[in-house]
Amino acid sequence: MRTILALMMVLAAAPALAQESQLRLRDGPGRQLVEASCVMCHSLDYIPMNSPFLDRKGWEASVNKMIKVMGAPIAEADAQKIVDYLAGQYGK
Amino acid sequence: MQTRRDFLKVSAGGLLLAGGIRGADSAVAADSLGPAALPSGALQSAQLAALPGKLPLIKKSFRPPNFETPVRFFNEAFTPNNAFFVRYHLADIPQVSQQRWKLAVSGDALDKPFEITYEELSRDFEQVEVAAVCMCSGNRRGLSQPHVPGVQWGHGAIGNARWRGVRLRDLLAKAGVKKDALEIVFDGTDRGVLDKTPDFVKSIPAWKAMDENTLVALEMNGEKLPHWNGFPVRIVVPGWTATYWMKHLTSITATAQPYQGFWMNPAYRIPKGKFPLVDRFVSQETEVNTPITEMVVNSLVTNLEDGQKFAFGQEITVAGVAWDGGFGIATVEVSEDGGRTWRAAQLATDLGRFSWRQWSHRFVPGRAGSHMLMARAANRAGATQTFELIFNPAGYHNNVVQRINIEIT
Repeated sequence: MRTILALMMVLAAAPALAQESQLRLRDGPGRQLVEASCVMCHSLDYIPMNSPFLDRKGWEASVNKMIKVMGAPIAEADAQKIVDYLAGQYGK
Repeated sequence: MQTRRDFLKVSAGGLLLAGGIRGADSAVAADSLGPAALPSGALQSAQLAALPGKLPLIKKSFRPPNFETPVRFFNEAFTPNNAFFVRYHLADIPQVSQQRWKLAVSGDALDKPFEITYEELSRDFEQVEVAAVCMCSGNRRGLSQPHVPGVQWGHGAIGNARWRGVRLRDLLAKAGVKKDALEIVFDGTDRGVLDKTPDFVKSIPAWKAMDENTLVALEMNGEKLPHWNGFPVRIVVPGWTATYWMKHLTSITATAQPYQGFWMNPAYRIPKGKFPLVDRFVSQETEVNTPITEMVVNSLVTNLEDGQKFAFGQEITVAGVAWDGGFGIATVEVSEDGGRTWRAAQLATDLGRFSWRQWSHRFVPGRAGSHMLMARAANRAGATQTFELIFNPAGYHNNVVQRINIEIT
């Protein structure tokens, strides 16, 4: 799975601005998994921008939308860890 | 009008990360990056940044690029192309070659499908121009209470421009559009990074497509479209929110069936019966909701900031813009006293019913202290702005009357 993720990051559309690479999420368990899963399709600023007003259910809905609607290849076990991180670091 | 602080931020090589600047002076930084009522995380993660060909705008997200226009640019009747807001859903945005670009007009509800080049489009059809507000459906989403997920726009996902191009109905006529055409479907080159991500495809009702003001636009404010605003060709649907204004257009499809796709349903929906709208999109309506259609009546103060200070005895000008979904603005009223009394603002030149209308009002406050200013527009159909938010899950149609406090000392 990790190999696929890494490959997809390489294939992802080139950022329009290099400053994107300066974005950092808060340190916490699961940060690397979150970064690797989310940056395939979008920059990490979507996460702090949508904070801190989503509760755990709200972040769960967002992660589910990314998987079920947008087609993000994220395993169920990883999805739980991602929700844990988002609710813990960027939750209400 | 750029403040010294803005200048410092931009000139220091580009772009310092917001975090560094914010520590130095949170109040000022917050003002320039959006209203204080935005989610705190949205204010902290915003920064001024310049996409290629654009001035520094308020970065909401780098990829896909979502950049809003600082309010000071709205003191002009037409928003400069290099300051016009940028909004994408999907991150794969090819640079399109004008020479190689082709537009396909096809579908089950027309007789004579064809393909057309940029040169043919600009040469073989009458070119017309319309002044129109282009506003993201989610403009002011970040002011929703409670906050709702999505791009946390402040006031700047909007702009006014002169759009020039070919009437969509002229292309449909050439293609022999049939009476049973129900919807006209648009697709452009931008798409998701993953194959599984739903492509951004939008439809409008055939009656709106046949409106003489609906354009296949090649120019914006007398210049070719900027890449970030849809080069080489985009759809312009005057009066309706920008979700239908397909950028980097490559196909127009006439169909006798309602188009089914994520970006039509469940995306871009408003609850039925909550807003005083006129235009209906019947073929897409469900029991409970309907696609967003025309913009609600709205206004924006563009020359004052909340908390701004003035000397006692000084004349104050309140100025801004007002717009609606295409009836045209009839009046703008300003209150100097928190909504107790209202005075008619002076309206500037009428640039057309789809353009915004500039307005201004001058007064000398009669006492020192805090004054709450408000502005309220009404359109020619008698609709006006609300004082309480009409909450909806996507944060659309926020036309709550602004409240701006000024201090007289």
